[in-house]
Amino acid sequence: MSQSFPNILIRGGLVLGTEARDVYIAGGSIRAMTAPGAGLAGFEPMHTLEAEGLWVLPGLIDLSARLREPGFEYKATLESEMRAAIAGGVTRLVCPPDTDPPLDEPGLVEMLKHRARLLAQAHVHPLGALTAGLKGEQLTEMAELTEAGCVGFSQSTHPLVDTQVLFRAMQYAKTFDYTVWAYARDPWLGASGVAHSGPTAGRMGLPGVPVANETIRLYTLFELVRQTGVRLHLCRLSSAAGLELVRKAKAEGLPITADVAVHHLHMTDLDIGDYDSNCRVDPPFRSQRDREAIALALQDGTLDAICSDHSPVDDDAKQLPFGEAEPGVIGLELLLPLTMAWARDHKVALEKTLALLTTGPARILKRDAGEIREGGQADLCLYAPQEPWLITADTLHTQGRNTPFIGRELEGRVKATLVDGRLVYRQGLTTT
Amino acid sequence: MPKSIQLNARGELNHLLSTEGLPRAVMLQVLDHARDFVDLERMEVRNADLLAGKTIFNIFFENSTRTRTTFEIAATKLAARVVNLDVNKSSTAKGESLLDTIDNLAAMKADMFVVRHAQSGAPYLIARHVNQVAPHIHIMNAGDGRHAHPTQALLDMFTIRHFKGEFQNLRVAIVGDVLHSRVARSDIHALTTLGVPDIRVIAPLTLLPSGLREMGVTPYTDLEQGLADVDVVIALRLQNERMRGAMLPSPQEYFKHYGLTEERLRVAKPDAIVMHPGPMNRGVEIDSLVADGARSVILHQVTFGIAVRMAVMSILNRTHA
Repeated sequence: MSQSFPNILIRGGLVLGTEARDVYIAGGSIRAMTAPGAGLAGFEPMHTLEAEGLWVLPGLIDLSARLREPGFEYKATLESEMRAAIAGGVTRLVCPPDTDPPLDEPGLVEMLKHRARLLAQAHVHPLGALTAGLKGEQLTEMAELTEAGCVGFSQSTHPLVDTQVLFRAMQYAKTFDYTVWAYARDPWLGASGVAHSGPTAGRMGLPGVPVANETIRLYTLFELVRQTGVRLHLCRLSSAAGLELVRKAKAEGLPITADVAVHHLHMTDLDIGDYDSNCRVDPPFRSQRDREAIALALQDGTLDAICSDHSPVDDDAKQLPFGEAEPGVIGLELLLPLTMAWARDHKVALEKTLALLTTGPARILKRDAGEIREGGQADLCLYAPQEPWLITADTLHTQGRNTPFIGRELEGRVKATLVDGRLVYRQGLTTT
Repeated sequence: MPKSIQLNARGELNHLLSTEGLPRAVMLQVLDHARDFVDLERMEVRNADLLAGKTIFNIFFENSTRTRTTFEIAATKLAARVVNLDVNKSSTAKGESLLDTIDNLAAMKADMFVVRHAQSGAPYLIARHVNQVAPHIHIMNAGDGRHAHPTQALLDMFTIRHFKGEFQNLRVAIVGDVLHSRVARSDIHALTTLGVPDIRVIAPLTLLPSGLREMGVTPYTDLEQGLADVDVVIALRLQNERMRGAMLPSPQEYFKHYGLTEERLRVAKPDAIVMHPGPMNRGVEIDSLVADGARSVILHQVTFGIAVRMAVMSILNRTHA
């Protein structure tokens, strides 16, 4: 036990960015936190991390990261993307079922969990396919899939055209108290669109995705939640009008939660520029007004979490005309600095900001995680809040290169990550 | 927005991808230079061996014999060598990627690519790529998706200038399927850049894109209101596949409400001209009496189109006088 879970002392870091503490880790948990230099009787650290000037934060919980296995190993591998996760301070992540084959059978889920466990990095929580093959016709064995390790059920971005099937899937999930994770997108209206319907798409001659694509589906989903009582998590909301509907539905008391992708906090349709296919993303980047509404919704509790929506795409699928390029942006390693940059610009309190990456998503997963307390699990990251970082392909661990943020300079970088009390990642940090 | 990829560091035209963002001076340079190639007495385009020794590839990812021919004639009149490639029939059908095709053609000692593609923005991808791998190659956009058809717009401007003189006091109406039209978008940007104060588009709501007002255009759904007192009418082609479906119920109903007829044109200025980028659907967007009538300048457009493409080719290759 002591070999797989070494004693670690994190010395002099600011816990949650506020209070200087020495953090003692043993047996995979936080044994104690003391004033700096106070010492802990009988504690013999195997490693000491010098964390002066660094923040000691809970490991991030990312509600969507595509690891691309099985089936899309040419885009990314479990090895590369799990490495990217811990390099981004992400210690727990949810992966959507849109692999090839999709995660619709317990064996596939067990294999993924097993492979992830062997890597012994971040905790991986798969979502099971809501319907077989994500085809929107037949329910999956949700109970079996849950036993295999699925934390919820989703169509990912695959359309579920038949409302009757959606209704039955929600009823069935409710039977066993499972959570349904759903994108809010009408399967018809703007289904062939590639950019936000508005002046930019009009001018550029790009087929549009209207805001009504999101709002119409939200009306449908909320009515089905009222009918079935199922717990619903809404993935990647994008529009001011959509968020207003979510706000009202929450006020009504519907059992819903919602997230947004971190790149939507920063980009608008104007960033497409000269058809930059790195800005081809689902749902599309919308207007400045929508972006401001997302900021507000994160602050007033309409949105519960920020995720990376990490989606590595190979060059062959990205270096295409905008409308033919595969949607998706990488983000595991940029999740924390991009969130902190947003919080700084909007003057959002640190505690509130961190909650959107830790306790907020933990609640959606119904897990006791995302906090730093004595006796708690030692999933942590050490963060240098002011370290400048020029984003280049070379500085990223993910196999994907598809992000509009390459070439930008960000402030703040993860220096070390601990999962279950083991040091799994460090970057230029002194240990003794 | 990044700095325009169309211009080089000295502000000269390096690729022609769109009329949007094209400086007024560059547009006027093209129009002035095109004027040198036209013999107005005989309505003929002169030959000039300005591109002798140059090789121009017509790379058409989307078929269009007519458009390809106009570029081919322009290049031939400039004494360039022309290679025609219908890529949709050859390499991409075999699974070769767009940029692989471009790499292969760049290796064949090309000086210019004339590109047509069904996807909006494809020429930008190609221009960015050749800037990296073969920066001496110039890209001419011969139509990309719904986005742009800059030489068509420049020949339209040449035609308007020829018949109307100046741009500053004109009222111009564009009638038809604006939503899917690269010609409309390129015309709108050219007209605003050249200072036309009143630009209108006329179509049913199913055929109008969002953001028209932001482009400096007034949308109309009523043909006669939109045509009132205009100096120039540009009719757009309605694609066959859009005549019946979720956009429009039938070509007959379209013609009844949006077809250009002599009677409808009575509200326009008496000396208004009628233009069409071709090929026309007679009896759908335009009545034969109008197409063949006194206001029609459609055949002038074809002649001027050769001269304008010659002007752009020689300016891109820095061989113009």
